Amino acid sequence: MPKLNVLVNTGRTIDQGRGKEMGKLSDVYQKDVTQCQIDPEDMRTLKLRRNANVKVTTEFGSVVLRAVKSIRGPHPNMVFISYGPWASMISDPETHGSGMPSLKGMSGVLEACPDEEVLTMQELVNQLREE
Amino acid sequence: MPVVESVTCPVCGTFCDDIELVIENNRIIEAKNACAMGAAKFLNYSDHRIKTPLIRKNGELVEATMDEAIEKAAQILVDAHYPILYGWSNTCCEAQRVGVALAEEVGGVMDNTATVCHGPSIMGVQDAGIPGATLGQLRHRADLIVYWASNPWDAHPRHAERYSMFSEGRFEKSTWTQYLSRLRGDMSKKKIQRASNLVLKHDFCFDYCKEQNEGLPCTMYQNKRRTIVVDVRRTRTADSADCFIQVEPGKDYELLQALRVLVNDGELDVDEVAGVPKDTIEELADVLVNCKMGVIFFGLGLTMSKGKHRNIDAAINLTRDLNGRTKFLIMPMRGHYNVTGANIVTTWQTGYPFGVDLSNGYPRYNPGETTANDILRRGEADAMLVIASDPVAHFPKSSSQSIAKIPLISIDPEVTPTTMLADVILPPSFAGIETEGTAYRMDHVPLPLKKVVEPPKGFISDQEILRRILQKVKELKKREMD
Repeated sequence: MPKLNVLVNTGRTIDQGRGKEMGKLSDVYQKDVTQCQIDPEDMRTLKLRRNANVKVTTEFGSVVLRAVKSIRGPHPNMVFISYGPWASMISDPETHGSGMPSLKGMSGVLEACPDEEVLTMQELVNQLREE
Repeated sequence: MPVVESVTCPVCGTFCDDIELVIENNRIIEAKNACAMGAAKFLNYSDHRIKTPLIRKNGELVEATMDEAIEKAAQILVDAHYPILYGWSNTCCEAQRVGVALAEEVGGVMDNTATVCHGPSIMGVQDAGIPGATLGQLRHRADLIVYWASNPWDAHPRHAERYSMFSEGRFEKSTWTQYLSRLRGDMSKKKIQRASNLVLKHDFCFDYCKEQNEGLPCTMYQNKRRTIVVDVRRTRTADSADCFIQVEPGKDYELLQALRVLVNDGELDVDEVAGVPKDTIEELADVLVNCKMGVIFFGLGLTMSKGKHRNIDAAINLTRDLNGRTKFLIMPMRGHYNVTGANIVTTWQTGYPFGVDLSNGYPRYNPGETTANDILRRGEADAMLVIASDPVAHFPKSSSQSIAKIPLISIDPEVTPTTMLADVILPPSFAGIETEGTAYRMDHVPLPLKKVVEPPKGFISDQEILRRILQKVKELKKREMD
């Protein structure tokens, strides 16, 4: 399975903002924060179709998300994930003496992941409790 | 149907105060003037509401009375040696004030969401000061707006309309018409792109970087309000600006310092800095120096990436250097509607804005040591109270795993990943909708939160819940002493 070294950026989107105000259990929120926005050229390189499952792995963990073509490109070798429980699974906890973890600009690996499902919020929380 | 006017919007740091709500049968049925986020809150706030206090027994959350939940929460805090009291940014200042008293009483750490938001900005301000103004001044007078690592289109949807590029100021006009012309141009480009795709049978992309290499657009030299966006990707805010500078991820510090060199009449002996050509940086420095009044609105792209508070130092020092040549200001784009209030109340009560350790009986502040994520990573906290926030959704995995291992009290009206992990859940009424109070806008202007509908029967405010926990903590401690 081909892999791609990417820079992982997290941030706000309007649907994430709308969704968090509607409730974290709302479809709008869960749909937006489980998306991984990928440069169209990178999608072609990895032979990914829209909404295919992808795994993003960093030094700090890995998470399965749905691939979507970024309309904010071109940003080759950079993926964007909305702030949320899924993005937090792979973020860098190092605060460098500032109290602020490094939530942007993490090095990671992107690959297609047809055999694994995107976890639900409850499954993600259960995973935190069990590990 | 009654219409409540001049309602403040309890969502983002822009804290709009011109919302009009139409109320019918104690329900909000229309939110005029609100953005997508504001309307989503006013119209759907109670969809996923927790209807009763809950206590975890044998691994399951079971219903309890408010008194039982308050007693359980107080007992957890009394039993803890080093609890963290975290959140505070989505509630009113009155509740935050009781929170500081509670943290002092239990000897805990009082930390707010600034720690994962603009905490490094506050550290930068403590290092270098801040030339600031109210948003009203900027609306009327600023002729150069710089959004640096900030995307208000998604995070503060009405900021541009109320205070910057699209606001109609007394001395500076709105740039709506220019934006519409640009939008038409972009639509034409997309049509050409679609046609090219059909003819060439493959995707054809406009090379935005090519535009950047050709220098700043001529509109940057016009005598009108102009907007520059500096970011790592072309956001919607960048689309609506006059000029977009794409900086390489994690290299904002270099670009800021390069601009300082040029503003101070130095020269760059490299071809590019942070992926931006030298000529473009020189033109940018010219535009910055030659404006009448400029402002840098900066976002989490600076605080969360490599360099953190040093990025803010550089941005503030650039602003200070620019003030030697013209009038320039800088302002952080605060996220939650009352995170500024959380910093102000904590500073007013303890002397420090966030990450205040009260375990020694006096306030101590050392970001990196007394901040929530660091304490959780070290596994030192033995209980946590979370109010008006969702750290499990936004803290790194290792911190959330730490939260899962300790007794957790959540004061939150809605189901969130944090309430899913909590041992005690106390659902309050919604501040700014069902409870009044005070909150601070991002420019440190205090505004009132309005009560527009009645809360469901039995629901009390954050402030009242905290006051009752504090009272119970004092009772339990007295009982233990006796």
